[in-house]
Amino acid sequence: MIKFKINDKEVQARSGWTVLETARQYGIEIPTLCFHESVASSGACRLCMVELREENWSKLVASCIYPVSEGINVYTETERVQNVRRWIFEMLLSECPSSKEVKEMAKKYGVFKTRFPVQNPNESCMLCGLCTRVCEEVVGLSAIATLDRGVHKKVGAPFLRPTEVCVACGCCVTICPTNAMRSRIDSVRSNTKMQLAKAA
Amino acid sequence: MPKENVAIKSENWRLNSHKDLNDLQKDIIESRDPNRLEVVVCHGTGCIANGSPKVSSAIRESLLGAGINVKLMPGIKTTGCHGFCSRGPLVIVRPHGFFYQRVTPKDAEEIVKKTLMEKQPVERLLYKNPKTGKTILTEKEIPFYSLQERIVLHNIGKVDPTDIKDSIASGGYQALAKALCSMSPEQVVKEVEKSGLRGRGGAGFPTGRKWRSALKAIEKKGYPAYVVVNGDEGDPGAFMDRTIMEGDPHAVLEGLIIGAYAIGAKQGYLYVRAEYPLAIKHLEIAMEQAREYGLLGENILNTGFSFDARINRGAGAFVCGESTALFTSIEGKAGNPRPKYVRSVEEGLWGKPTVLNNVETWANIPLVIEKGADWYSKIGVPKSTGTKVFSLVGKVNNVGLVEVPMGIPLVKIIEDIGGGVIGGENFKAVQTGGPSGGCIPYSLKDTPVDFDSLTKVGSMMGSGGMIVMDKHDCVVDIGRYFLRFLEEESCGKCIPCRLGLIRMRKILDGFSSGTGTKQDIDDLISLSQALQDGALCALGSSAPNPILTTLKYFNNEYLSHIENHKCPAGVCKELITYSINADKCTGCRSCARQCPKQCISGDKKKPHVINTENCIRCGICMETCKFEAVIVS
Ligand SMILES: Cc1cc2nc3c(=O)[nH]c(=O)nc-3n(C[C@H](O)[C@H](O)[C@H](O)COP(=O)(O)O)c2cc1C
Ligand code: SF4
Ligand code: SF4
Ligand code: SF4
Ligand code: FES
Ligand code: FES
Repeated sequence: MIKFKINDKEVQARSGWTVLETARQYGIEIPTLCFHESVASSGACRLCMVELREENWSKLVASCIYPVSEGINVYTETERVQNVRRWIFEMLLSECPSSKEVKEMAKKYGVFKTRFPVQNPNESCMLCGLCTRVCEEVVGLSAIATLDRGVHKKVGAPFLRPTEVCVACGCCVTICPTNAMRSRIDSVRSNTKMQLAKAA
Repeated sequence: MPKENVAIKSENWRLNSHKDLNDLQKDIIESRDPNRLEVVVCHGTGCIANGSPKVSSAIRESLLGAGINVKLMPGIKTTGCHGFCSRGPLVIVRPHGFFYQRVTPKDAEEIVKKTLMEKQPVERLLYKNPKTGKTILTEKEIPFYSLQERIVLHNIGKVDPTDIKDSIASGGYQALAKALCSMSPEQVVKEVEKSGLRGRGGAGFPTGRKWRSALKAIEKKGYPAYVVVNGDEGDPGAFMDRTIMEGDPHAVLEGLIIGAYAIGAKQGYLYVRAEYPLAIKHLEIAMEQAREYGLLGENILNTGFSFDARINRGAGAFVCGESTALFTSIEGKAGNPRPKYVRSVEEGLWGKPTVLNNVETWANIPLVIEKGADWYSKIGVPKSTGTKVFSLVGKVNNVGLVEVPMGIPLVKIIEDIGGGVIGGENFKAVQTGGPSGGCIPYSLKDTPVDFDSLTKVGSMMGSGGMIVMDKHDCVVDIGRYFLRFLEEESCGKCIPCRLGLIRMRKILDGFSSGTGTKQDIDDLISLSQALQDGALCALGSSAPNPILTTLKYFNNEYLSHIENHKCPAGVCKELITYSINADKCTGCRSCARQCPKQCISGDKKKPHVINTENCIRCGICMETCKFEAVIVS
């Protein structure tokens, strides 16, 4: 067993656990968007940041991937942690304003509105990549992927054209934390597959 | 073995001991007449674009036309970039050392006639010291060179990078032979540790310590292990690594093989950005030749040590230079940074122990091994040993590549080597470290250029970009430029970087169009903190540096944009007005003729006026006016 502290409270974890897993075990809340037990963590949303403090230094790490180790001191609600969260929520409120889930979570952490102009009022995808990871790791198909990079990044089938590879299993729709995949799945499946799925 | 006889059969080229290498070096040197005339023409990417191949072929033709005895025919050698790019193409005539600058094909005949036949310099092609007005005959005497300490670049401009014999003659592969034949891997690692060499690719991590960690990881996990060259060089304006790979590929390769020997790697990779075709070509040639000489591949120098390497063309993304993104790219996946709190020496390529070093770092290794850690660590300052190559660009007279000892005051690089700012005023600021670095103001001009001092003033060494700015550069505009660059280069994986960079840039857009507020400055600082703390990789977490340093050192310039809606540098279009100084205007009408909006009026020979309402602030009138009568405010 590995012993360390979260918010000054002694906790114990098994070797190989992450800080997030341990925190959840003890009922300590840390917000997450891109984390899901069934796929590998990608550390993309950065909502789960926590602060590690030692005597003369401190740094922020993503709790969903940070492995526990003996004697570390983790803090989940410091000013720096809250600052990162607040900006992420504000940016998400402007970037994917139609997601109810993001709005609720933001509210829970005290962010009710954004200072940034709303980009596309119908957008709800925040590019967490859970859909592509479940398709690759669980379904084993990689019918969808993240395309392009930076501000131009999006998720979908290659070239944003319907693909034969998709078997319409719906895993991506289920895992999507914002429901964005629901409206997008039809652009992923090719017609023949859709008919098959309907016939079945 | 005289030169001609070397190339009989490929098996004969193979070197089987340190002695073989020494003998070959001696033979090559002896086969060459030290007094033979030789014309060196620089062929770096920059000067090739400016016509240096035409210069060398014009010289060749003139030589043939001059009817010189074949035996006395001067050689023509093409080398890598000499670094003095604002003066290129360069031609140097050996053994005299006459240094000709800005040479065009038209000058070929005169060079052949006067210098090669009559042994006299061509006065008009010589370099003139702008400060003293004195003409300078040879490379050594030019301040741009004489104040540098060129140890990593020592071969560049001297050897033909496509001829391994040239490298060997100048001492190439001596360090490798020394390491393989008379040092244990442990001794090699110790020497590198002792030298104090720190990585030249950005963070300045001690190279010896990195190799040591790799050994520890190998102890735990076993082989295979890899050595990798980071030649992605993505900083805008930087070309140190390109120049080294183009001009002295054998140095990089030699360093890499020594590194492989130190950690016991059998395979190496050179990750070079695809936009560097000449560097790739020269490295490929170098590797092929090294294999033929038994310096790469099976049983190197007959010591039983085998190692080979291959080149990977970078995908052309800035973020692929980041270590974990580089590995995923070599593995054949999209070059995205990996979110892992494990160091890449432990889990690098394919999860195996991997030593990744920058091109320049690798090129330092042969120096450390051949001349020893004691010699090496005497150069520079205690915590930053050795030299650093910088690409000096921007508003400086001598744009080019310079190598200086660590710890040299910033002002010396800019004023003495760089020849100061164009126009003779003091520089306003210097951006070091590229888009992840910071802006150092003139008031800190004496800052020693070493890893720790640069970090202390809020900037960083980065890979060695140095952009000089003068009073016509606006800090808000510079910030927008870097953020726009990073916005396009961000891989987009993590939210703080993908969305934060564009938000930061939009705030700066507001400043430059006069709609910014003081609240925006607070937002900018707080959002910067969120990126520094929250971004997944160093692209995002170091992106705020240029903004934070300019906010610190040039706060008034920001305030001027916000409160007075003025851009003191005269750059932000929406905040400036053009007008004509009636005292200086001669009424020549040139500006009025050029103005695309026809908003300049006035009678001939009378002062003109600009109708500011229609003016689109293109600045053409200002460029056109010969009397400096157009002013911007
Ligand atoms: C966004 C980003 C881009 C980078 N680009 C380069 C590069 O082009 N060349 C390089 O050598 N290092 C680059 N680095 C640094 C590498 O991650 C790594 O630290 C370096 O190659 C290690 O070599 P060194 O210890 O010899 O410096 C980059 C880092 C980041 C975060
Ligand atoms: S569609 Fe859903 S699961 Fe996929 S990236 Fe967007 S928000 Fe994440
Ligand atoms: S900081 Fe930027 S470049 Fe780095 S992982 Fe995040 S999005 Fe990608
Ligand atoms: S800045 Fe351009 S548009 Fe304005 S007066 Fe000069 S030339 Fe004309
Ligand atoms: S939940 Fe950890 S980064 Fe998204
Ligand atoms: S290539 Fe000619 S000086 Fe750079």
